[in-house]
Amino acid sequence: MNSHRLRWFSPSRLAIHGTLLVACAVYLIPLLVMLLTSFKSPDDIRTGNLLSWPEVVTGIGWFKAWDSVGGYFWNSVKITVPAVLASTLIGALNGYVLSMWRFRGSQLFFGLLLFGCFLPFQTVLLPASFTLGKLGLASTTTGLVLVHIVYGLAFTTLFFRNYYCSVPQALVQAARLDGAGFFTIFGRILLPMSLPIIMVCLIWQFTQIWNDFLFGVVFASGDAQPITVALNNLVNTSTGVKEYNVDMAAAMIAGLPTLLVYVVAGKYFLRGLTAGAVKG
Amino acid sequence: MARLELRNVNKRYGSGLPDTLKSIDLAIDSGEFLILVGPSGCGKSTLMNCIAGLEEISGGEILVDGVDISGMSPKDRDIAMVFQSYALYPTMSVRDNIAFGLKIRKLPQAAIDEEVARVARLLQIEHLLGRKPAQLSGGQQQRVAMGRALARRPRIYLFDEPLSNLDAKLRVEMRTEIKLMHQRLKTTTVYVTHDQIEAMTLGDKVAVMKDGIVQQFGTPQQIYNDPANQFVASFIGSPPMNFIPAQLVRQEGQTMALLDSGQERCALPVTAGEEWLGREVILGIRPEQIIQGSAQGNGLPAITAQVEVTEPTGPDLLVFVTLNGTKVCCRLAPDVRCQIGDSLRLQLDPARVLLFDAGTGERLDRAAVAPQHEHVA
Repeated sequence: MNSHRLRWFSPSRLAIHGTLLVACAVYLIPLLVMLLTSFKSPDDIRTGNLLSWPEVVTGIGWFKAWDSVGGYFWNSVKITVPAVLASTLIGALNGYVLSMWRFRGSQLFFGLLLFGCFLPFQTVLLPASFTLGKLGLASTTTGLVLVHIVYGLAFTTLFFRNYYCSVPQALVQAARLDGAGFFTIFGRILLPMSLPIIMVCLIWQFTQIWNDFLFGVVFASGDAQPITVALNNLVNTSTGVKEYNVDMAAAMIAGLPTLLVYVVAGKYFLRGLTAGAVKG
Repeated sequence: MARLELRNVNKRYGSGLPDTLKSIDLAIDSGEFLILVGPSGCGKSTLMNCIAGLEEISGGEILVDGVDISGMSPKDRDIAMVFQSYALYPTMSVRDNIAFGLKIRKLPQAAIDEEVARVARLLQIEHLLGRKPAQLSGGQQQRVAMGRALARRPRIYLFDEPLSNLDAKLRVEMRTEIKLMHQRLKTTTVYVTHDQIEAMTLGDKVAVMKDGIVQQFGTPQQIYNDPANQFVASFIGSPPMNFIPAQLVRQEGQTMALLDSGQERCALPVTAGEEWLGREVILGIRPEQIIQGSAQGNGLPAITAQVEVTEPTGPDLLVFVTLNGTKVCCRLAPDVRCQIGDSLRLQLDPARVLLFDAGTGERLDRAAVAPQHEHVA
């Protein structure tokens, strides 16, 4: 029944493509406005309209933005990288145990852990700050990293556990008979076949932690705050003239890493989310 | 190679649950090929996992060369296993799959290379060593899985339904290869299958299992010719043994089983205790033990029956008739000419007919021998 193949300019095709184009525009135009504005001079912004091309393309907004949030950018890197790596690794180990080395009550344990995925940020603020205080980690980067790791474990464990559930148990049994121990099986057999789900975890956790504002504003103070908090402080300054080009450039700087991570690892993200059984 | 002995092995999963394995007693000598056969859920795979150490037993002993290994972890038991799903490590090449167990045991690289080469030559998979499992066909994966087991030269090999994922033709080929391999290497092997042909053709000893109990343990011939009960008799043999309900009566000073084809009646002399007279028993007759009646009398009891269905299989002609209200399959020579509706003269050898208790399925005419005491003559 392929004789009546749909041509791209048929009415239904036009409707579909038209809708998709509108949807693209809805998402992309704000980005375009930000980009255009960030390269305009303050005079330009005052005289032109939002979508007009800059009269003179200038990087001054970007330089000024980097001057004010650059230090916080590195704070965010220092918070995000260890938190993402640690939560992914521990999540992988958790998932490995919960799928391949089930123990009495492991299903209940997993169920309770899943509950963590649905906990709103606000509910953990007080208990977490209390705990950090007891640990002597209040208002430190380490403390903030710890909060991110613990909060992220529910998600990373869920990802890895479900991924490993589709791996045949016989693989682990074969490795045990071959003489491999708990960590050898994990490191040599399961981790090498986990690339798609590792990527999913990395992207997910990176986006969550990099974009986090609430934990950052609560658990970090002063110079140790992440870029999201710095951006907020910059934009909400009530003194002097509003420098929209600087605001926009700073927002772009804050948003670029997550964009970059998705562009680089995005293909694994889709593959990992849709991965079925892994067969030998 | 080693001698394997299971003594009173029990396995239960929870205190409230029924036993999965009940008092398993089996023993095979070094170099022997043991088949565990039975329907799904009979506990044969559980028993194999217990031998491998993947599951712990709840009671009893597993002895290898007289040493109890039931408390050891799998890696210390020196046992290799071929899995039904092959369980090849997907991210490793064939070479690394075979070498994995040797690397874990920290053999020198030269010894590993040598062993991989030996196994690859043995299984004719040398040209596949660089490939990943996903690039292999089912039969090739099967070979690699066997190679991985062979490479470690363990004391005992376990095969868990290794052929069930292959297509019919390849299955027959690999069956012959496994047999050849065993004849050459003389490895002590335990092989789990639900396929009775594999059980008959491969095994030195066969243990037929049902509901966690070994129904019979013996050579394939003993299992086939002298089954302990109706379950074993029905499980082994294709087409399966005919089970015909019949009355036992006393005629001319002899115990006779009465057969009725609707056209004719006949009495079959059988051996059974006095207490069975007048009661209904089950006659067990294999399809090939029913022959076409010959013109010259050979003294065997004969009965005429109406042909209901014929199934020419090539080497045989399967003819179905009704005796005592039960459909009975007869395996006749392919050149027998008969049409549906014909009357066919059939003869049975009473000496080969088996008698079963209609209630319990136990044999009436078989001396109660404890299965584990049966040995190859």
